[in-house]
Amino acid sequence: MTSNQIMFILFSVMIVTFSILTVTSRKILRAAVYLLFVLVSTAGLYFMLDFQFLAAVQLTLYAGGIVVLIIFSILLTSHISQKFEPSGWKKSAFSAIASAAGAIICIITILDHNFAATMEAAQQVNMRLIGTSLLSTGYDGFILPFEVISILLIAAMVGAIVIAKKGGPQKTDVQTSKNQ
Amino acid sequence: MFKQVKTNKMNTGIPIQFFLVLATIMFFVGVYGFLTRRNLITILMSVELILNSVNINFMAFNRYLFPHKLEGMFFSLFIIAVAASEAAVAIAIIINIYRRFTTINVEDVNEMKY
Repeated sequence: MTSNQIMFILFSVMIVTFSILTVTSRKILRAAVYLLFVLVSTAGLYFMLDFQFLAAVQLTLYAGGIVVLIIFSILLTSHISQKFEPSGWKKSAFSAIASAAGAIICIITILDHNFAATMEAAQQVNMRLIGTSLLSTGYDGFILPFEVISILLIAAMVGAIVIAKKGGPQKTDVQTSKNQ
Repeated sequence: MFKQVKTNKMNTGIPIQFFLVLATIMFFVGVYGFLTRRNLITILMSVELILNSVNINFMAFNRYLFPHKLEGMFFSLFIIAVAASEAAVAIAIIINIYRRFTTINVEDVNEMKY
C-alpha cells in the first residue's frame, strides 16, 4: 500500500465521519467545528490531486472565511449550550431512506460506468497559467465567468449590507412622527 | 468491477471511482441534513457540504479524464466564490429573521409579511 493510498483512506474516513457528525450533532457549535474538519480534509484531497492553488483557496476561503462567518452567526443567534430536540423518527427515517436510495443509485452508476482512459500529458498548474487563463479571451480563456463572478460578488456584498443593516424608517418611528 | 483508468504519476493506486463514491456519500449526507434539520444555520451548513462534494467531483474529473486542461479547476473556483457569496447573503437574511422573530427555527418562521 503506497503512502498515497494511506492518505486517501485517512482523508475519506475523516470526510465521511465528520460530515455525518455535522448533520447529526445536537450541539450547533460542534456541528460547525465538524464542518471545519470536513473542509480541511477536502483541501487535503485537493493537495493529493496536485491542485495546490485550489487547496489554498479552499483553506483560506472555506475553512477561514465561511466557517468563521457561520460561527459568528451561531454566537449571535443561539446559546452555545443549547441542545436541539431530536427530529421525529418518521422524518429522519424517510430522509434517510431517500438519501440512501439516491446514494445507492449514484454509486451503482459510477461503478458501472467505464471511464475512458486518457493519454494526454498532465498540465502543470502554476500561478502564471492560472492568471493568464482567467484573463484571456481566447479558446482556453475564462474572462466571461470571471467578470460574471465579480459582478455577483459585488451584488452579494451590497445585498448583504442592505439586508443586515437596521433598515430605513422603522414602523414605530413613522407612527410616532405621525402622532406628533 | 473497477475498470482502472490510466492516470498520471501523482495518483497511482487510486481509481477515479473512489473519489466519485466519496463525493456521492458526502452529497447525500448533506441532503439528509437538509431534510432533517430545523435550524436555518444547520441547513446552510448542509448546503455547504453539498457544494463541497460537487467540487471534489470536478477536481477528480479534471485530473483523471482531462489532465491537459483546467476547466474543472476554474469551475471549482467559481463554485467556491458562489458558495461564499451565498453564505454571506444567507447569514444576513438569517440575522434579519432572528431580529424579527427572535428564533431561526424554520417551523416557527412561517409569516411572509410582518
